[in-house]
Amino acid sequence: MINNAQEFYNALPILIIGTGILISLLIEIYAEKRKIFQPWISIIIFIAAGSYALLSIEQKSTLFMNMLATGGNVNVFYFIFTFGAAVVTLLSINYLKKYGANYGEFYILVQLSVLGMMLMAGAKDLIVIFLGLELMSVSFYALAGINRKRLKSNEASLKYFLLGAFTTGFTVYGIALIYGTVGSTSIDLIAEKFIELSNNFLFITGLLLFFIGFSFKIAAFPFHMWVPDVYQGSSTTVAGLFSTGGKAAAFSAILITLGALFTAGGAHTFTPYLAVLAVLSMLYGSIVAIAQSDIKRMLAYSSIAHAGYLIIGLAAGNYQGIAGIIFYLAAYTFMNLGAFGIVSLIEGEEEANLDIKSYAGLAAKYPMLAALLSICMFALAGLPPLAGFFGKYYIFIAAIKADLTWLAIVGVFSSAISVYFYLRIVVLMYFKESEKDFVVAHNSTGLLAVIISVLLVIVFGVAPGTIINLISSFL
Amino acid sequence: MSLEIILFVILGGVAAVTSVIVITRPNPIISALFLVLNFASLAGLYLLLNAQFIAVAQVIVYAGAIMVLFLFVIMLLRPGNEEKIFSRNPVVKIIASIVAGVVFLQIVYMIFFTSPSNSVTGEVSASVNAGTVEAIGRELFTNYILPFEAAGFLLLAAAIGALVLAKKKFE
Amino acid sequence: MQIPIEYYLILSAFMFIMGIVGVLTRRNAIIVFMSIELMLNSANLTFVAFASYMGNTIGQLFVFFVMAVAAAEAAIGLAIILALFRNKMTLNIDEVNILKW
Repeated sequence: MINNAQEFYNALPILIIGTGILISLLIEIYAEKRKIFQPWISIIIFIAAGSYALLSIEQKSTLFMNMLATGGNVNVFYFIFTFGAAVVTLLSINYLKKYGANYGEFYILVQLSVLGMMLMAGAKDLIVIFLGLELMSVSFYALAGINRKRLKSNEASLKYFLLGAFTTGFTVYGIALIYGTVGSTSIDLIAEKFIELSNNFLFITGLLLFFIGFSFKIAAFPFHMWVPDVYQGSSTTVAGLFSTGGKAAAFSAILITLGALFTAGGAHTFTPYLAVLAVLSMLYGSIVAIAQSDIKRMLAYSSIAHAGYLIIGLAAGNYQGIAGIIFYLAAYTFMNLGAFGIVSLIEGEEEANLDIKSYAGLAAKYPMLAALLSICMFALAGLPPLAGFFGKYYIFIAAIKADLTWLAIVGVFSSAISVYFYLRIVVLMYFKESEKDFVVAHNSTGLLAVIISVLLVIVFGVAPGTIINLISSFL
Repeated sequence: MSLEIILFVILGGVAAVTSVIVITRPNPIISALFLVLNFASLAGLYLLLNAQFIAVAQVIVYAGAIMVLFLFVIMLLRPGNEEKIFSRNPVVKIIASIVAGVVFLQIVYMIFFTSPSNSVTGEVSASVNAGTVEAIGRELFTNYILPFEAAGFLLLAAAIGALVLAKKKFE
Repeated sequence: MQIPIEYYLILSAFMFIMGIVGVLTRRNAIIVFMSIELMLNSANLTFVAFASYMGNTIGQLFVFFVMAVAAAEAAIGLAIILALFRNKMTLNIDEVNILKW
């Protein structure tokens, strides 16, 4: 419960989003010109919550009967979610009109999914993680199918739903076994009893089932099969949200549970399992991405590879690894949103221009778009001095410090492979003749969103030290 | 044999048999009806475990609301029988059944190996007190107020999402 | 409480495995979804069994929230199935394959 004014202020980011959802609902019901200002209201709500989270980053506390933590890296995650969602909303305004799916409910569902992510990032109890995860997932199932007249969109949402619900089953059963052995679902208590129970098979099985559930959400290798289809079938802007906000939220929940186990001294219990997962995800994602001809599928496979890099940080099991993961997630959110944003700008009606060949000769026609996409591609490939390079750098350093040099080498090898398919697009844009003629519709809000993301990518690349120091100071 | 054991054998047997029937019938309506029976026998087991509130909620929410929704959609869509469940690619099914059996035996072994009954008290009075509406309600509106609110938003998200996806026409 | 808790856990493990087998082998989207409900219920049985043998309310609260989640998933899932059925008259997830899967 909230006991005093200070605690109320600390809870503000989550309260702003919660109230914002209800306000948006009322607007959707009563306002006359809702189509025009509904998206802007949700952007204002996101920016208010995100900026307040950054301002109150020093205020660490636990709220609601020890159910929710605020301050520190929780607020960094709040910033990632809200600004990512604001960018997605800006991109969607004109994108949805292209498909005749400009429903006001879309913006409410994005806000609901952000509320779910925020609950996951701040959770102190498995029940809050579980409900946050479900709130996010249920909104995502609906968002995947929002383009409901298109069969591909229906199909994507059915696949996402069936696999997502299937993994929910694993997560719940895992939590049940953890609860049965610990006697509570509070993460602090679980961490306290971790050493005592580390020989208990039921407890370990429970933890593994719990992490299998999350491996689906972060799109790690053996549990990745939904990713390309869902990203390709759902709207491009929504796919951007799945790959950034959804992944960051799932990682935040893993960091909470694993981070608590680290302090209990169980840092290296899962290292072998995680290392295998990381290697398979990185190599599979990078190699299969080369063969893709659809740019959304390519970005989907590259997101599997990025999940692999992030898991290296988990396998390292030290605080540098955690700080590296948070930095990388922030960087990845903005570079990937930039890339998905430009894809959504170039995408014509009826899913035209999603082929990689459409990008040939883009630089001559639209130098601005080509330059922005090149920056995003360089950042995703991990070339210095952009955000992606430093993200990978911090994670690999953490792995080396944890005596996992071989894992870091596999990571570097896999990024070398990925340079090929990212730079192929840049080469196509700048050095190839255009094959087909198409006009990119003018879309000022979408362009603004992409520019904001690219600016953030550059800021993260220019001043990585300050940001990583800030993140590390909260660990 | 005491009544508790007899009831457990009957209800547990019904739950186990119906769960097999649910996944092997070609007709979804039969599956759905046996799933209702499965949920009802689970409600009986919950009563046996002194969880009165959950038992009632199981009947009302699961066997009542959720399964009615299922049956309603099945009747609306009339999907017909699923032809050749087991003839299509029988090797895969046999392998699936063997793997499932092995995993199940492993879990059984693990459960007996860990033997959680040593670490639980199994006091009847404590379990009766834990399962009352009063105890659950008190926890729900004090310590669990945040999850409770989150569940409210979850149902809101589901309602909005279902509306957007299934509404016939917009504007 | 004469029955050892192991028997409840085995029953729930059996239902859980049956749910997984159903999801992996069935092709009808609604039956796949019913198998998922079976998995959630097996987890609920585990929760209630542990909760009452430990004399602890948390497990039963968790079951309450799992029921809310199951209701939400049922609503959204059946809406998705309905939307798909409108565009393509099938519930067979093998026929739903424009995307490569």
